[in-house]
Amino acid sequence: MLRYIASRLLVLVPTVLGIVLLAFFLVRQLHGDAVEARSGERGITAEQLAERRHALGLDRPLYEQFGAYLGQLMQGDLGKSYVTQRPVIDEFLELFPATIELSIVAMIFAVVIGLPAGILAALTRGSVLDHGVMGAALAGYSMPIFWWAILLIVLFSNILGLTPVSGRLDVLYYIEPTTGFMLIDTLLSDEPESFWSALRHLILPSVVLGTIPLAVIARMTRSAMLEVLGEDYIRTARAKGLSPFRVVWVHALRNALIPVITVIGLQVGTLLAGAVLTETIFSWPGVGKWLIDAIGRRDFPAVQGGILLIAVTIIAVNLAVDLLYGLINPRIRHQK
Amino acid sequence: MNLRSGTLRTKARRLALATAAATTLLAGLGGPAFAAKTLVYCSEGSPENFNPQLNTTGTSFDAARPVYDRLVDFVPGTTQTRPGLAESWTVSEDGLTYEFKLRRGVKFHTSKTFTPTRDFNADDVLFSFNRMWKNDSPYHGVSGGAYDYFGDMGMNEMLKSIDKVDDYTVRFVLTAPNAPFIANLAMDFATILSAEYADAMLKAGTPEKVDQEPIGTGAFTFVQYQKDAIIRFKAFDAYWAGKPKLDNLVFAITTDASTRWAKLKAGECQVAPYPNPQDIEVMKATPGVVLMQQPGLNVGYLAFNTQKAPFDNKLVRQALSMAIDKAAIIKAVYGAAGQPAVNPIPPTIWSYNKDITDYPYDPEKAKALLAQAQVTLPLETDIWAMPVQRPYNPDAKKVAELIQADLAAVGFKAKIVTYEWGEYRKRCQNGEHQMCQLGWTGDNGDPDNFLYTLLGCDAARPGGGNLAKWCNKEFDDLVRKAQQVPDMAERTKLYEQAQVIFHEEAPWFVIAHSLVSEPVSDKVVNYKLSPLGSHEFKEVDLK
Repeated sequence: MLRYIASRLLVLVPTVLGIVLLAFFLVRQLHGDAVEARSGERGITAEQLAERRHALGLDRPLYEQFGAYLGQLMQGDLGKSYVTQRPVIDEFLELFPATIELSIVAMIFAVVIGLPAGILAALTRGSVLDHGVMGAALAGYSMPIFWWAILLIVLFSNILGLTPVSGRLDVLYYIEPTTGFMLIDTLLSDEPESFWSALRHLILPSVVLGTIPLAVIARMTRSAMLEVLGEDYIRTARAKGLSPFRVVWVHALRNALIPVITVIGLQVGTLLAGAVLTETIFSWPGVGKWLIDAIGRRDFPAVQGGILLIAVTIIAVNLAVDLLYGLINPRIRHQK
Repeated sequence: MNLRSGTLRTKARRLALATAAATTLLAGLGGPAFAAKTLVYCSEGSPENFNPQLNTTGTSFDAARPVYDRLVDFVPGTTQTRPGLAESWTVSEDGLTYEFKLRRGVKFHTSKTFTPTRDFNADDVLFSFNRMWKNDSPYHGVSGGAYDYFGDMGMNEMLKSIDKVDDYTVRFVLTAPNAPFIANLAMDFATILSAEYADAMLKAGTPEKVDQEPIGTGAFTFVQYQKDAIIRFKAFDAYWAGKPKLDNLVFAITTDASTRWAKLKAGECQVAPYPNPQDIEVMKATPGVVLMQQPGLNVGYLAFNTQKAPFDNKLVRQALSMAIDKAAIIKAVYGAAGQPAVNPIPPTIWSYNKDITDYPYDPEKAKALLAQAQVTLPLETDIWAMPVQRPYNPDAKKVAELIQADLAAVGFKAKIVTYEWGEYRKRCQNGEHQMCQLGWTGDNGDPDNFLYTLLGCDAARPGGGNLAKWCNKEFDDLVRKAQQVPDMAERTKLYEQAQVIFHEEAPWFVIAHSLVSEPVSDKVVNYKLSPLGSHEFKEVDLK
């Protein structure tokens, strides 16, 4: 097992290098200069431009800049944001917990609803329920996130007044960030009742962000279940006189879960991509929105660093998912 | 080690307690712990830092303004100035020396890292200006060290010396008389920082803290900033002009305009700037919401390159001014977000000439004028359209298309040209265009800031901001003269006259001023829209 993990980690080295290379050169292909992007109507003089480009090292040949950047990375330094002058890693770590918190809650929402919905649809194959669930899943999958979010805000916040419009916490609570996870920080604070405010603020954004993964999980679960339910060992289990509940929830589900978990792992990427829009609409202070802002401002260090860190996160999650297979299904344990 | 495990244990205990408390609250939703007078402003973005000297964006200025004061202040809701940290000032006969008497007994804020030991005095003024002006100031290079606004307002060339006469008197000597100087000092870049705080942070090895955890003399003290989420301020009890009426001021950072509007409706904030134009009609009809409106301090225009034929001919420029249907552009592109412009300065600026009437939309007369100018038609030309949305022009490409169609009707075949934003600006400034769209957002509310900056002869050089490349001696003389006289009534006359010449010469087809709309809760008292586009809460109250 350890050897397997080590070999997987080794394979990651070229992947990460590739990402660094791509991120570095792609942001430099964007039209517009990092220095000029920050000036308004007035623009800046040619001397100022040259001076600032020099200060940022942007006047050096690309390969030299890349070499310098790699050297920096080796020392664990992601550089400083051009805009705020703060270390990229600090900004990222400050905002990342908000994205993780939102993603986790969204994923829980997607799994908790998607999994049973898929199973139910499979068990009642061809029924009205099955068609209803699959129809809803298709609708959810094709829903434009932006529109869906505004619809929910208007309905639940403005008309019904049940949920807050945006943000992570009622502004009247003053919580010092400890972990960056609002659900935890509010409980650690002097005003633990603010936990409910934090939870209420999570409802709409996680529903919006979780909708697409929910649809994918429901569809995947349904088809995996259908396949498994047709297998011989299920027939055997039934013939053995096991209760239908045990057959479905223990024997069938356990096997059906394997492809579903793969999909959940892959959905982490979708979640982070969806986070960009969701965070913008719900004023959620996460890394998705931060990265978009950085691209708009041609803040090279922030874009490169952000892409690298997010990519590493996704890779790590997928690695974890691969390892999880072994736990679920002994047949694919990676011991040779 | 001990300390750490101790904290952890306390945290664990608190966590247990908190969980218990939370469980008891399961039935109901916990209300906020305090509900003093708190105004929530749905701001549109995160500031770059909290030092206006370093910034150029309104978002950053707004975020720092509650904390700071300047020597001179704008009267809220106007472009007029009034004393701030300077109680009074005198100007020498030759208009070169300004002597400021500073207010006494002005306190600086206190924070976790800094407790002031003295009141505001001349040292703070010198420190603040020298940081921007002098390369040898220990703070000059801190936080990127770019002081664009200071440079853009011409302060580097304008200043000859700044001296401390005594603790409460500061003398500024200029290189040439410059009446807009006082308005410059009311701008955000001229913010007064604490020299004592700066020294303390320099000694502690963290000079950039001055720009991130601001200490000022302003009406509110800085409490907390969480990027992309929230900025908190608390009323400063010892504020020299009296404690503000609000107890707390909160900026809830909300980048999306639809969300800001939803929050305002839900009562989650009381002021929400920069609405979607399509929401404006609904806002007017929403109970509990007051829609405030006023023209912005800006102008969008189409500059004719007066150094290229046939635009070097005044008759042609006048003809084209009549050939374009301005009302159609406003209706199709700006909607509720703009109003047609007549003069190159917006009507909120003092000295705006109300007596000038705009060129009528009259294609027939335009054709007659073109015939009189002996232009060979059809004529091939270009119209430039910037690639970005600006307040004074939400869709330059669409404007260009409408103008293109109007001009085709009088025999001008115009091709639409665009470049990436930085490149676009540069090429227009170099005069590569025949007709270039651009605009301007004013800085200090002084007419000079538009008329000299955008239409003076100095700016007509290649690379300068005068995109019409128009140098009219008579106009230039008037505007230059107005720079030298300190008397506002006299300056007003000069600027009014300059606008008459502009109208007659028509170097631009002036398109529009943005119409700034801001929905505000009807519980908000004494909030004024600033013609300068700033958002200020020092005199605001809540019902």
